[in-house]
Amino acid sequence: MPQTPTATDGQTASVAGGALGAPERRAAPAARDGTPPLLSVRDLKTYFELDDGTVKAVDGVSFDVMPGEVLGIVGESGCGKSITMKSILRLVAKPGRIVGGQILYRPDPHGRAGGSGGEIDLTKLRKDGRRIRNIRGGEIALIPQEPMASFSPLHTIGEQIVEAIRLHQDVSKSEARAMAIERLREVGVPSPEQRVDAYSWQLSGGLRQRAIIAMALSCHPKLLVADEPTTAIDVTTQAQVLSLLRDLQAEHGSSIIFITHDLGVIAQVADRVVVMYLGRVMERGPVDDIFHAPKHPYTKALLRSVPSMDTEPRVALPTIEGSIPHPLHKPTGCPFHPRCPEAIPGLCDVKVPALRPKESEQPVACFLYHREVEGE
Amino acid sequence: MHWFIIKRLLLLPFLLLIFSIVSFALIQAPPGDFLTSYVAELAAGGTSIDQVEIEALRARYGLDQPIYVQYGRWVGNLLRGDLGISLEWRRPNSELIGERLVLTLVLTTFSLLFTWAVAIPIGIFSATRQYSLLDYLFTILNYIGLATPNFMLALVLMWVAFDKFGVTVTGLFSPQFLDAPWSWARVGDLMSHIWLPMIVLGVAGTAQIARVVRANLLDELSKPYTEMARAKGLPEWRLVIKYPTRVAIAPVVSTLGWYFPQLLSGGLVVSVVMSLPTIGPLLLRALVGQDMYLAGTIILIFCMLAVLGALVSDILLVVLDPRIKLESA
Repeated sequence: MPQTPTATDGQTASVAGGALGAPERRAAPAARDGTPPLLSVRDLKTYFELDDGTVKAVDGVSFDVMPGEVLGIVGESGCGKSITMKSILRLVAKPGRIVGGQILYRPDPHGRAGGSGGEIDLTKLRKDGRRIRNIRGGEIALIPQEPMASFSPLHTIGEQIVEAIRLHQDVSKSEARAMAIERLREVGVPSPEQRVDAYSWQLSGGLRQRAIIAMALSCHPKLLVADEPTTAIDVTTQAQVLSLLRDLQAEHGSSIIFITHDLGVIAQVADRVVVMYLGRVMERGPVDDIFHAPKHPYTKALLRSVPSMDTEPRVALPTIEGSIPHPLHKPTGCPFHPRCPEAIPGLCDVKVPALRPKESEQPVACFLYHREVEGE
Repeated sequence: MHWFIIKRLLLLPFLLLIFSIVSFALIQAPPGDFLTSYVAELAAGGTSIDQVEIEALRARYGLDQPIYVQYGRWVGNLLRGDLGISLEWRRPNSELIGERLVLTLVLTTFSLLFTWAVAIPIGIFSATRQYSLLDYLFTILNYIGLATPNFMLALVLMWVAFDKFGVTVTGLFSPQFLDAPWSWARVGDLMSHIWLPMIVLGVAGTAQIARVVRANLLDELSKPYTEMARAKGLPEWRLVIKYPTRVAIAPVVSTLGWYFPQLLSGGLVVSVVMSLPTIGPLLLRALVGQDMYLAGTIILIFCMLAVLGALVSDILLVVLDPRIKLESA
């Protein structure tokens, strides 16, 4: 069933409402002052070759992640945000394949990725090779969607965290265990000395998510990729986990790619936002601009569909007309044109708008703002 | 866990009591008794026996007494450690069963280890390389293995061995060791013979278990914890062995309990074809001849092995999967 990112359960309503009024201001990240981005995704294309045809799950996505910033990627189910994440970690399973583009990672010169200060194109690495394995978990760590299912039920969480530590750091078992306990304490797991020997199914949802975060942070990664880390937990715990992530990020100075369908969460954590639809970037920009001055009709529609404190009570919330097209039958032209109230006939249904202006803070892929066509 | 094992062991005598009644009743179910089939056999062979002599034998073996008396005497003897006398062989059952039971257990254990050693790696390979050429090849081989009756395989292998290499591969011992006392040389001789029946008995199970492991592992490979392990930077083969495989082999371990009795009865035809000195043919002979004490004792031993096998598999499952709690069982 197509899902629009509306807060249907009302849980996120208050979060989003407050946030929509005024996204929290934080110290701006080291913006474009010459610091090179930590990670640059350039025209990434990840396709799935199926019997019925090719699903272009990610179709020409570009964005940068600056050191120390939180980049939010928002979009409906099936927009390609998770596949983008998997592409970065090179975890796309068959029949999926990265068919084009670059993922440029600028590693820590002292890290195990062994960069000589240069950049590594992750798409060029062998999928199971040593280089990408050193980066996975060591430099770029994953915070998965389902904390329950992401720990093996047959091994204690300590065993799994220790394993992660020892994969990337040359320490003894007992040292690694002490580090694991320290990480658990850091993420707010009470009595970590006992919990380290617990199995994931003995912990509550919130503790499990904290333990997963502890594991992800165990090797001090430069970049955390959080794939809807708060969808599976209740809203109170969700708020705690979000503030925890923000604190840890500020403390370690790592960057986060935060993937979610929840605009309220984006408003809470992100510095900059990438809005995706059907495998393409519709618009991206600083969180304030995206929320207060959205350009793309899709972004506007998304924001309208979130209830806020100012929304009139007992009035049906506006939804986006239509539903997400079948991934095998993407519309021609702009992928959003069949649902777009402002579509220009003869243009939007024929040509694909490019994300422009290139050097702008808030580029948008829409012919209402420019006439630049993708690939021309 | 210790309590669980003790409880289960305490239950064993009661289970055996029930099994003994059922098996004794089953053996007695066909009309007539040992002497009827004995007489019939003699008649078939052209000789006959005096009616008076028959009645004398019947009285001597207690076959003229009510069934519960016969049962009582059998169980009473069993409790004193006396397995009784085979009516047909006129020898103590313990003597008849003893070595055959040991050989059967050795052969069964070898077949089981062979099955696991072959099936689990094949299952893992097929799952991790799903739809590869080798996966298809294994799938085809598996189905052939499943569909081939193992006595058929035994016959084919025996024929090939005889026709191509001029060796007779029946039995578990060379002639000079057949009735020799146990020695290292005899053990060595056993090992040089056991591989063929081991393969024959193991093949069908191999196919089955490889399919189970493949299917389970395919499920587990798509679980988030497998991906998480990959995202930590674990090498692929190490994470497959450590995480999903441990879950995937649980059903294999849980079948251990009935694997033993199944192999004991399933191996019967193979034992007859390859003239293996295992317990299967002895039981068949005892059942046909209504040699009730021998048959009953063998069946009771099977039951005990089944119960112990189930206990061992339960314990292994707990070791494998900490989510399983024995106490609640």
